[in-house]
Amino acid sequence: MTSTLEVIKVGIADMNTVKAPQIIRTSGLGSCVGVIIYDEIKKIAGLAHVMLPESSLAREQKINKAKYADTAIIELLALLLKMGACKTNLRAKLAGGAQMFKFSGGSDLMRIGPRNVEAVKKELIRLNIRIISEDTGGSSGRTIEFNPETSLLNIRTVNQGTKDI
Amino acid sequence: MNYMNTISSVHLDILKEIGNIGAGHAATALSTLLDKKIDMTVPDVKIVTFDEMMDMAGGPENIVAGVFLRIEGEAPGSMFFLLPIEQATAFIQDMLDDQHFDLQEWQTNELALSALQELGNILSGSYLSSLSDFTKLSLYPSVPALSIDMVGAIVSFGLVELSQVSDYAIVIDTAFNEEQKMEKQEVRGHFFLLPDPDSFSIIFQALGVSDHD
Repeated sequence: MTSTLEVIKVGIADMNTVKAPQIIRTSGLGSCVGVIIYDEIKKIAGLAHVMLPESSLAREQKINKAKYADTAIIELLALLLKMGACKTNLRAKLAGGAQMFKFSGGSDLMRIGPRNVEAVKKELIRLNIRIISEDTGGSSGRTIEFNPETSLLNIRTVNQGTKDI
Repeated sequence: MNYMNTISSVHLDILKEIGNIGAGHAATALSTLLDKKIDMTVPDVKIVTFDEMMDMAGGPENIVAGVFLRIEGEAPGSMFFLLPIEQATAFIQDMLDDQHFDLQEWQTNELALSALQELGNILSGSYLSSLSDFTKLSLYPSVPALSIDMVGAIVSFGLVELSQVSDYAIVIDTAFNEEQKMEKQEVRGHFFLLPDPDSFSIIFQALGVSDHD
């Protein structure tokens, strides 16, 4: 592995796209979900760091599309198609949606991680994008890095080590 | 209307005072508990992006011991008490009177975990009760929850309420240090107070300041 690979960083409630040999990463996913949509043949990938399940929760006038599962994925799809990705080649991988804290009272707010995962999956299915692998749930934070060259998603956690999916 | 636009410098000063009173009491409690001198910085009130907020606590991947609790009552919000691992280890060693304790084995050490949780409980409780006295608002803490993980993963959880309204957070941040006899120590703990969006006007009104000054 050379250290000259350019890493594009995606912040919280943000999205971006890359083309090999660039790689794309987002750090410290907790209840948020990192969704990667990629074209294995064109070696193009996009990552969205989704914070909330639905834009109907929004109480702001101007919506940040990257923040909500239902607006982020369709926007990411549009960006990838604009870059020349082929719709039928698109696949998805996802990670995150942990429940960082355990409380006795299980309000909706506390279940935000699993709700984010459900919303992301629902939207991918609706858009006919096949989910190849996922590492979701649990109670650990994750830092993820996707390499469009290999289509591997590397997941790093504090307590559970590192793995590729 | 974006709630950020209604915040003036007078409001920021009030929030700073809230941090000062709350963290002041918490630092005193910590100092008593550990029988050590604790230094506290002047509170910082900032309007920051979510990413900037992670950076305030050492970046999204920085590993910390974090105690999180929801503030319930008249002005709901979230509160974090974040400690660098080294500092958390030192505090637990003192509390348990066991200098061999290593936070690396925290997962298997129930006693250490509950000590840390209790520390969070005492500190956030004293922060909140002084805040409640100052504003005359009824505020009470949820049971605190503990996690040792990346800053991003811990803090983003407290942003869920806020993120439905804005891409910015108003953070009342107070950093503190254990006073060292030698050189100034860089390791810092943080209190983050994050009122829910609707709570700001309730807090300001309780203190006799109009919303739109």
